Amino acid sequence: MLVSVVAACGGPFPQSTLAPKSDFSAAVDHLFTGIFWWAVLVFTIVEGLLLFTIIRYRRREGAPQPKALHGHTALEIGWTLAPALILVFIAVPTMRTIFTTAGGAPAGALRVEVIGHQWWWEYRYPDLGIATANELHLPVAMPVQLEMTSADVIHSFWAPALGGKRDLMQGRTTRIAFKADSSGEFLGQCAEFCGASHANMRLRVFVEPDSAFQAWVTRQRAPAERPAARSPAERGAQVFARGACIACHTVDGVPQARGTIGPNLTHVGGRATIAGALFPNTADNLRRWVANAPSLKPGSLMPMLPLPDDDLAALVAYLQSLR
Amino acid sequence: MKSWLTTTDHKRIGLLYFWTAFAFFLIGGLEALVIRAQLVKPEGIGVSAEIYNQMFTMHGTTMVFLALMPLSAAFFNYIIPLQIGARDVAFPRLNAFSYWVFVLGGLFLNASFVAGPLFGAGTLSVAPDAGWFGYANLTSRQFSPGPNIDFWVLGLQILGIASLAAGFNFIVTILNLRAPGMKMMRLPAFAWMTLVTQFLVITAFPVITVALVLLMFDRFFGTHFFVPAGGGDPILWQHLFWLFGHPEVYILILPAMGIVSEVLPTFSRKPLFGYTVVVYSGVLIGFMGWGVWSHHMFSAGLGPIADSVFSATTMLIAVPTGVKIFNWIGTLWGGQLRFTTAMLFALGFIAMFIIGGLSGVTHASPPADLQQTDTYYVVAHIHYVLFGGTMLGLFAGMYYWWPKMTGRLLSETLGQWHFWLTFVGMNLAFFPMHFSGLLGMPRRIYTYGPELGVTRFNQISTVGAFLIGVAVLLFVWNLWRTRTKGATAGNDPWGGATLEWTIPSPPPVHNFDVIPTVASRLPRWSTSQLRAIPEGAEHHEPIHVPGGSWWPMTTALGLPLIAVAALSHQLWLALAGVAVVLVGIYRWAYEPLEGEDV
Repeated sequence: MLVSVVAACGGPFPQSTLAPKSDFSAAVDHLFTGIFWWAVLVFTIVEGLLLFTIIRYRRREGAPQPKALHGHTALEIGWTLAPALILVFIAVPTMRTIFTTAGGAPAGALRVEVIGHQWWWEYRYPDLGIATANELHLPVAMPVQLEMTSADVIHSFWAPALGGKRDLMQGRTTRIAFKADSSGEFLGQCAEFCGASHANMRLRVFVEPDSAFQAWVTRQRAPAERPAARSPAERGAQVFARGACIACHTVDGVPQARGTIGPNLTHVGGRATIAGALFPNTADNLRRWVANAPSLKPGSLMPMLPLPDDDLAALVAYLQSLR
Repeated sequence: MKSWLTTTDHKRIGLLYFWTAFAFFLIGGLEALVIRAQLVKPEGIGVSAEIYNQMFTMHGTTMVFLALMPLSAAFFNYIIPLQIGARDVAFPRLNAFSYWVFVLGGLFLNASFVAGPLFGAGTLSVAPDAGWFGYANLTSRQFSPGPNIDFWVLGLQILGIASLAAGFNFIVTILNLRAPGMKMMRLPAFAWMTLVTQFLVITAFPVITVALVLLMFDRFFGTHFFVPAGGGDPILWQHLFWLFGHPEVYILILPAMGIVSEVLPTFSRKPLFGYTVVVYSGVLIGFMGWGVWSHHMFSAGLGPIADSVFSATTMLIAVPTGVKIFNWIGTLWGGQLRFTTAMLFALGFIAMFIIGGLSGVTHASPPADLQQTDTYYVVAHIHYVLFGGTMLGLFAGMYYWWPKMTGRLLSETLGQWHFWLTFVGMNLAFFPMHFSGLLGMPRRIYTYGPELGVTRFNQISTVGAFLIGVAVLLFVWNLWRTRTKGATAGNDPWGGATLEWTIPSPPPVHNFDVIPTVASRLPRWSTSQLRAIPEGAEHHEPIHVPGGSWWPMTTALGLPLIAVAALSHQLWLALAGVAVVLVGIYRWAYEPLEGEDV
């Protein structure tokens, strides 16, 4: 119902909390819907009563002085107990949902380590030996456990279709577990203010059928592709290995590239987005990003890299070849 | 001029509080308009991330500490002594000190907007920028190297001193300076809510002071209280901040509840329904406000047991709040309602506070809150509570007591326009935020993508915010023209029930020619009581009125000196500031009690 009211104002809403796609967010949605209708009921009664009173008892000429009522004990008891009773109907399902959504994932769940950075997400699949960034790939209908921590300040992982927020803190591990019930591409972003580019710390979750997920896993586990000889990408690989990039970035298969400050780029060419899921992964965006990241993402720790135009083009070709 | 700088008269200090806090309210409002202008379309209109982050941080900090609290303080100062039949507050010079510390702390915080060049940066670059809640460890020197957070840490400590001094002052005033016969259960509801508020102030501000001192040590002396890499704990900050922060919400709302509890009876011609219950529920809210803080931290993952407990206590606090609402409706029931501007704002308070209360219940439920927290849904909630609640309540108080404070009535025509524009504007601004939040728009973001689909809601919010701006300008015009054109108020333009309406407007410096003896809760409305209150007795004993003093202001001046010293790392300046404070206190303590008889 709420959805249809809202839909009149635009849409689709890819980051909506009202379109659950997992057991976790379905439980939350169910709970919220119940509370919402209680709230509508109370709203209608109390605002109606207020409005009625305002209209009914407006001052009229020649009316007698009102009776000085100082209170009414039965009424007081009544309107103390009534809200308390309604709260019971909210509290009981709340407590139940707290425990169903707080439990860890069952054995055999896919574990993903999520590490928050200013301003991007690092994902590690410890059981699969995969490291990637910003775009989380998950199999549909399989329990997932996210184990989260932060490399710097507090962040909060939030992909509304799949689960509620959970904060990421340095020195602690927080968890959230869910099972996605349909495949698709879901948007999310950091929900805890984390500095200059908090608004630009976005993420995507690709929930895929098992076969597609397995294909993705296979691709991710392979080392980086070697660019074809004498292609622009090969020249780009040299620019990459000689330049500042390797100080912060890892590319499996390139021995010099072992940096861990920035995202792992082994398969960056296969991602849909760059820069914290902020821009579509196009040659143009890559070029602008590599040349001057702070201008696209305020405060970005990736410095400006002034490169000759042909080096830049070669580097972009190389990054795109890392599929 | 000198008489205002040295004044210890609670009425003058009340007016100073009002004008200063109102100026800060305008600044905070401008910050809000910058925020709303930027969000009018996806990718914004060109406000940078850095400036935007300073804007929302200073908007929150300003509205909480420099506008809403001190606007309430303006009424505490002006009205409480009049309502309880006193000649002044218990400690008039301490009262002046509170005011000067407040204004200097506010100026110090806002100086950060233009102080950039002193730190080798531009203007609009060193104001606080980590949110009004200042979560660790973003506030550590490592992640916030500039002076931005230093301004915040030092400024809030200064303001805390002002609030604490005022808190003790008003507790003593209300408990000890009541007129003969004014038992506690004859106190006007506003005085009761003020008393509860002050107990919250003196218990909650030490908590944030501790947190701020620890943060200051982290930033200035390299300790690691909140730095996880050094064994510290950022969650500790959250506990301390919200242990202060939730009682703070009641510090902001209880005075407005008190104002509404005065305005409704006056314009219904009926006593407050269930006075005892309203008082006790206010006290209960004060106590329960201490047991709910972790509901701000559900997403931190405290575990299901803690979440359940804090969820239950949070839901429980809705009960005494609901009881108040029913009692206000009970007050209206059967009355003869006069829709003056003050009454409209009071009724608007009830109607809007219900919405804020109900959305509050929806995020008292931790699983639901995991979707709602840190989104615009919560921004909608706090603005229904703090604008729809506190600010409408304060406007009601302004229209109600302005004639008492200045002797002139604010224009009712402008007032009605002011109310309706505010009412429409705030609902346009804040109601769509429920939707943008539930549809996935986080708060504290300077930009959002068109793909979220929340553009339309944001456009409506921006239109609403600017409507509120127009309404506030009308109010400014109303205040201005009332200075010369307002109708003369007389002692009692409304037919109020409480003691402040028995004396001239504005009251003489000594308030009451003869301190009244109180025999009922509604002295002006009980005929037996009326005879007992001699109005403007021709002959009364000479009344000693204390003279002004320079020392409260001097002492207050030392505090920002110390803060500036900390910012600029000048030891000599810090010592000078300490010296000013010590000399000020010494001279203050030994100041002869001069003054005059009237």
